[in-house]
Amino acid sequence: MKAPAIRFYQTGSFAVGNRLLDPEQRSVQAGEQRTNSITCGHRACQGCGEALGARYALDAAMRATDGRMIAANATGCLEVFSTPYPETSWRIPWIHSLFANAPAVSTGIAAALRAKGREDIRVVGQGGDGGTVDIGMACLSGMFERNDDVLYICYDNEAYMNTGVQRSGSTPPAARTATTQAVGPEPGNVFGQGKSAPLIAMAHEIPYVATATVAELRDLEAKVQTAMEIRGARYLHVFVPCPLGWGSASKDTIRIARLAKESGIFPVFEARDGEVTDVSKIRRQVSVEEYLRPQKRFAHLFKPEPRTEVIARIQAGADRNIRRFGLLTLSGTGGDAALTQPGVAAPAGNGRS
Amino acid sequence: MPRQLEGSRAVAEAVALCRPEVICAYPISPQTHIVENLSQLVKSGELTPCEFVNVESEFAAMSVAIGACATGARAYTATASQGLLYMTEALYNASGLGLPIVMTVANRAIGAPINIWNDHSDSMSQRDCGWIQLYAETNQEALDLHIQAFRLAEELSTPVMVCMDGFILTHAVERVEMPTQQQVDAFLPAFQPRQLLDPGEPITIGAMVGPEAFMEVKYLAHAKQMQALQLIPEIAADFNDAFARDSGGLIRAYRAEDAETIVVALGSVLGTIKETVDELREQGRKIGVVGITSFRPFPLDAVRAALGHAQRVLVLEKALAVGVGGIVSMDVHAALAGVHRAGGVQPHAYTVIAGLGGRPITKASLLGLFTDAAADRLAPLTFLDMNWDVVNRELERMGSSRSSGPHAENILRDVGSVAAGPV
Repeated sequence: MKAPAIRFYQTGSFAVGNRLLDPEQRSVQAGEQRTNSITCGHRACQGCGEALGARYALDAAMRATDGRMIAANATGCLEVFSTPYPETSWRIPWIHSLFANAPAVSTGIAAALRAKGREDIRVVGQGGDGGTVDIGMACLSGMFERNDDVLYICYDNEAYMNTGVQRSGSTPPAARTATTQAVGPEPGNVFGQGKSAPLIAMAHEIPYVATATVAELRDLEAKVQTAMEIRGARYLHVFVPCPLGWGSASKDTIRIARLAKESGIFPVFEARDGEVTDVSKIRRQVSVEEYLRPQKRFAHLFKPEPRTEVIARIQAGADRNIRRFGLLTLSGTGGDAALTQPGVAAPAGNGRS
Repeated sequence: MPRQLEGSRAVAEAVALCRPEVICAYPISPQTHIVENLSQLVKSGELTPCEFVNVESEFAAMSVAIGACATGARAYTATASQGLLYMTEALYNASGLGLPIVMTVANRAIGAPINIWNDHSDSMSQRDCGWIQLYAETNQEALDLHIQAFRLAEELSTPVMVCMDGFILTHAVERVEMPTQQQVDAFLPAFQPRQLLDPGEPITIGAMVGPEAFMEVKYLAHAKQMQALQLIPEIAADFNDAFARDSGGLIRAYRAEDAETIVVALGSVLGTIKETVDELREQGRKIGVVGITSFRPFPLDAVRAALGHAQRVLVLEKALAVGVGGIVSMDVHAALAGVHRAGGVQPHAYTVIAGLGGRPITKASLLGLFTDAAADRLAPLTFLDMNWDVVNRELERMGSSRSSGPHAENILRDVGSVAAGPV
């Protein structure tokens, strides 16, 4: 990862203040020269993780390419809230074609630029999890295996939010959606389904795959920067909480994204040519319960009485991520180590009800 | 100098002369030879600069063409049958966005039952997708229409489909005149897109449009096709000046001026029809032909002018609108309705469904058909050379048993063959 070594954090969080950094290390968003690729006035919900992620990712890509970039967008929230006719929030060349074809449209743009000898102009494709891991998977896989010069970014909010919160192949187990309702003996989405688009991307052995969250925007920017320094197919999977679909408070978007990473629910890593090369370690481990509680899509796990078995299964999934990706440092505390055992109850301080 | 070329090779060379910058390819019979030939021309360096992209589906092929065209590249692909259906969503998108992509459709039936042979079911199913549709009668015309199609598409900023009969044209080796690069360069100017994804001048393409403007945006696609009614004959005339060949245009009449009976058709079957008409003319029958080159836009005025004086019109179609009958017939009827409004006597109209799934349309069958038509002995809807015995046997099976089984397998058993049918 290209992120500079940071020694000082702001009090009470792991967010880094720009004032602590040298000017050249500061966030794209801190500079007056930021592009505002997606500018203000769009119609995303308050606290939308996707709008935040797209803004940071695309501005970072614009900086990395010195403004020579074209974006192709899948149908979905990002497309709808940014282009209500006759307005547009995009200050970059931007095309929306269909739901399933953003990777192929990106390929077409890259092919045209190659034919015209304009490979200095780079291409970013983007979509939500539905447009990426479900309906767009064939086009995405084709773009990967051809190693087309495209960075594809998936903003993953774990369901079809634009159509009213229906389950996608990225919806986590037990989550309530409009099509996995919180009723019956096993409420919410079933266990044992779903897929990891980053791992699928890695199986194509493309030059670069990374995950990121909107809780660590400097990390997101750094990964976009890294991606744009590489030629060929690249994939960035960004975890973006959705207050509307998840039933979380708008002010909690960043916090929930951080809890996803710190609990091991969402592993943050980089991979080159199919192999994991770097992981973002968990800094202060939390139980999955702490991540689940603020989200109404998981409310049925806590009311009327706690479904400890279900929570334990979710914890086991997070622990598997921790083992698989080595998300804990060797110098972790005893409490951290205990949490890597499946089914272990949440640590002290999470007993509120 | 004329050359003996397979239809697919001729089209590939003609497309290459048009200097496409991005070609996307996905294999499907009977289109495959076209993109195979183009891949060779790109790989060998004869066609350069050009990116040849092997995609994972027809949906991706059209999507790559959309991205390339929006970035200012001349984009081409080819498909057929199921492939055309698989790209349906992207077809509407390309026309809705006004992207002048050119595509060959090597016409082939649509399953089920799966069938690789020729009819017009595929392109007819995309009648309303907003693409201009031109139908070639011969390999020479297929070649010529591609050169005209790029100019037509780019002048109007609307996509064009060149339809040529699968196998009958794509796989037939015929004598063709291949233009020179200089000739094509003089006829077809460089692509100047109306809209361009350009970092120097960023624009948004593909915004969401609600009820306040949707009809207006859609109307513009219609307006362009109405302009095409003027432009197609103009381009054909220019083409004739440049290449000394009469190709393209809206419709093509043959011995129709004094005809009492006029046969309307599209594509390669026009050749057989003309031969049959010649024979009937020798017998003193007043019969003629009107071939439709431009099915979309449909040239209502030209068709009315060509047919209005006839006593009867027979529309021979290689496609079936299940549940009603003819597809081209409906448009011909709309044209003929104008005859009545203009105070004339509206001709009788017959629809004949023929050649589905590659069933040969023979001169012998056409002689009988046209003779019956001239004597007004035809039903309004006729299925040429239908084996009614096997149809009736299957209908009986269905009537007598709830679990009569799959139609195709039952009928093949009755026919006593696993081939396409009686040849």
